[in-house]
Amino acid sequence: MRHIISVILEDEAGALSRVSGLFTQRGFNIESLTVAQTTDPTLSRMTIVSSGSERVLEQIVKQLNKLIEVVKVTDLTSQDHVERELMLAKISSTSKEGVDLKELVEIFGCKVVDVKDKIYTIEVSGKTKKINAFLDALEPSNIIEISRTGVTGISRGKKLI
Amino acid sequence: MELNGAEILVDCLQKEGVDHVFGYPGGAVLHIYDAIEAQDKITHVLVRHEQGAAHGADGYARANGKPGVVLVTSGPGITNAVTGIATAHMDSIPMVVISGQVPSPLIGMDAFQEVDATGITRSCVKHNFLVRDIKDIAITVKKAFHIATTGRPGPVVIDIPKDITIAKMEKEEYPESIEIRSYKPTTKPSNRQIRKAAELIANSKKPILYAGGGCVIGNASEELREFTRMLGFPITQTLMGLGAYPMTDKQSLGMLGMHGTYEANMAMHGSDCVVAIGARFDDRITGNLAKFCPSAKFIHIDIDPSQISKNVVADIPIVGQTTQVLKALISEMKDKELADISKWWSKIDEWRKVDSLAYKKSPGVIKPQSVIEALYEVTEGKAIVTSDVGQHQMWAAQYYLFDEPRQWINSGGLGTMGFGLPAAMGAKLAMPEKDIACVTGEGSIQMMLQELSTMLQYATPVKIINLNNGYLGMVRQWQEFFYEKRYAMSYMDALPDFVKLAESYGHLGIKVDKEEDLKPALVEAFKQKDRTVFLDIITDPSENVFPMIPAGGAHCDMLLAGRDEMVSKDETDFNAV
Ligand SMILES: Cc1ncc(C[n+]2csc(CCOP(=O)(O)OP(=O)(O)O)c2C)c(N)n1
Ligand SMILES: [Mg+2]
Repeated sequence: MRHIISVILEDEAGALSRVSGLFTQRGFNIESLTVAQTTDPTLSRMTIVSSGSERVLEQIVKQLNKLIEVVKVTDLTSQDHVERELMLAKISSTSKEGVDLKELVEIFGCKVVDVKDKIYTIEVSGKTKKINAFLDALEPSNIIEISRTGVTGISRGKKLI
Repeated sequence: MELNGAEILVDCLQKEGVDHVFGYPGGAVLHIYDAIEAQDKITHVLVRHEQGAAHGADGYARANGKPGVVLVTSGPGITNAVTGIATAHMDSIPMVVISGQVPSPLIGMDAFQEVDATGITRSCVKHNFLVRDIKDIAITVKKAFHIATTGRPGPVVIDIPKDITIAKMEKEEYPESIEIRSYKPTTKPSNRQIRKAAELIANSKKPILYAGGGCVIGNASEELREFTRMLGFPITQTLMGLGAYPMTDKQSLGMLGMHGTYEANMAMHGSDCVVAIGARFDDRITGNLAKFCPSAKFIHIDIDPSQISKNVVADIPIVGQTTQVLKALISEMKDKELADISKWWSKIDEWRKVDSLAYKKSPGVIKPQSVIEALYEVTEGKAIVTSDVGQHQMWAAQYYLFDEPRQWINSGGLGTMGFGLPAAMGAKLAMPEKDIACVTGEGSIQMMLQELSTMLQYATPVKIINLNNGYLGMVRQWQEFFYEKRYAMSYMDALPDFVKLAESYGHLGIKVDKEEDLKPALVEAFKQKDRTVFLDIITDPSENVFPMIPAGGAHCDMLLAGRDEMVSKDETDFNAV
C-alpha cells in the first residue's frame, strides 16, 4: 500500500543523505521525496511517498525515528489529510482526438505559464491521480518534457504533525 | 586563554573522563597528537593498524562499560577503522571515533588522503559529525559521548578537518549536560504494557526467558537474576547475552540458536510464552522464521523500538531500558500467583538428559572442546574471555560457563575475524586485575597479529589460546555438510611457527600437541602474570560444532554430535507437556 510519510528533521548538512541512505540500506522503496525548510529555519520538513506492507511501514517509521536528526515522523495516510503535487509540463501543439490544449487546461484547472518556440509550459497541481490523468489525456508524442515535484502533504484542521 | 582546536578537543576528552585513546597518527591529526603529547591524563595506545584501534577500544568498552575512544587520521586511517566501527555498531558498543580530515578548503577536491568519512561510515554508526567550525568542537564532543552512551549505545564518528584543529579561540566551559531535541530515547516502560506482560507471564505454563546482549550492555544482570529466580523460569541466553545470568545455575539452559543446546532450542520451540529481554531475534537465533516458536506468545523488551516486531511480531512490546523494565516487572509480579510449571521443568530435564554438548574423546588428538574445558578449570571460570570468529568461538561460548556479565567478549553481530586479539588488549587495559584469555584460531589470529607488538609496548599480558586445527574450520564444516566435502580454500598451507612468531614479538610461545601437556601448559601460561603467552594448541582438524540447526531448520531440527540422523521432534511431543 502507498503511504505518505511526513518527517520533521534538523536542517543540517547530511540529514537528507541519512534519510535517503536509510531507504537504500534497508531496501525500502521511495516513490518520491521532497524537502524544504519550515517556518522554523532550523527545521526542514520532508514528505516521502513509499509503499509496502504494514510491517514494512512500521519499520520505516521506526527507523526514521531512530535517526538522530529526526524530530518527528507521521504517516499522513492514516489520518485526514490534504496532498498535492506540482508538475511543469512542456507540451507541443494540441492533444489527441481533437481536444485542444486550452480546453484541457480549463478542464483540469491548470495554467499555461510560458510559451516559446510553439511549446507551452503548463503548470498542473493536484493529487497525483489528477496529474496522471492530465498526462493521459495528451498525445504522448506531444509531451516534450515534464518535471514533477513529488507529493507533499499536510494533515487537516487542528491536528499538527 | 587562547587554545587551538586540537587542544580544545583533548581538553574535552579529559572532561569526559577518557583515560585511554586507541589510535594511529597521520598528517591530518598531527595537531591533535601534539596536544595529546602535552598532557598526561589520557594514555594513548599506539596500535599497529587502525582496525586494531577500533577493536581495542571496543574490547575496552565491553569490559568496563565506558565508551571506547579511537583517534585516526584521514583517508586510509578512517577506512582501516571501518571494520572495527561496524563491529561495534552491530553489537551496540559505545564508542567515539575521532578522524582527521583534510583542511576545510580542500574538502571535495580529491585532496591527498581525502575520503568522505561521514559518507563511508554513515550506515555503520549510530551517528556522525563533520565539524565545520572551531566553535562547534566542544558541543560536538559532548553530543557524541551523549549519543554513544545513551539509549541503544553505538559508535559515533567525529570528523575534524585539520584547519579546525589549528584555528584558535578563547577557551570556553565544557558543557555539563546536553539536550538534543531530536534525540530522547525512551527508558521508562509504560505501566500498561508492564501489567499486560505480568498477566501473560503469570499464566504461562511453558514459559522461557530469552536474554540477549541488551542485558549485558544495559547492566541489567542483577535485575535479570532477581527476576528469573523470583519466577523460577528456565532462561536461555544468546551469544551476546552469555553471563548476564550465571550459566552454572540450574535455571540456565545455556545458549540458544544455531549452535545452542538441545534443551534451550527445544524449550523455545515448545514454549507458550517467550520473554525476550534485550534480544533482537537475529537470524542465527530464530532459524526458519516460519517454524520459529510455533505456539508462543512473545513479550519483547528492548530500548530500541525498531527491533520490536522487526523479525517476529511481538504480542506485548515493551520499550525501555532493560534494567528499568525488569525492575518494573519485578515489582508488578512480586505478589502474583504463578501457574504451575513443574511439568514443563520435567520435560526440560528430559531434554537435558540428551546431553547435547557431549563429545567423544579420541586418543592421540586434542579435542578443541576439551581445551575450553581445561581453560575453564585452570582459570576457575573467572577469566575474561575474548574470541575471534569461527568454530573456536562457538566452543568457547558453549564450554566456558560464564557466570558474570562482561566476561565474554566476542563479535556476535558482524562476526569479525581479527577481533579477538585487539579486544583482549583493550579488555586488559580496562580490567588490569583480571586474567584475560583470547580464544582464537590460526585463521583469525593472522588477521590482527601485528597487535602483538602493541601488547608488548603497553604491557597488556593476555593468554592467547590458539585452537590450531589447520583449517578455516567453520568454513570447512559448512563445506563438509552442505557442499559435499568440497573444501574450497578452507585449508591454509604454510602456517607460521606461532611459537617463534610470539617470541619474535617478545612474548612467550608454547606449542601443545599432546593431550597430557594441555593442562600443565595452561597452568604455566596463567602463572606468567606479566607476560603475554601464545599457546599454539594443535587440535583435531575434523571436529565439528554441534548441536547445529541447519539453514532453514526449526529449533527442533538439530544435528547432534555422533548422530548421523537429524533429531526432529514432531509436534505431539510438545503438546504432551
Ligand atoms: C573478516 C572475516 N572474513 C571472513 C569470515 C568468514 N569466516 C567465518 S569463520 C571463518 C574461519 C575461521 O577460521 P579460524 O580462525 O581458523 O577458526 P576455526 O573455525 O578454525 O576455529 C571464516 C573464514 C569472517 N567471519 N570474517
Ligand atoms: Mg582454524
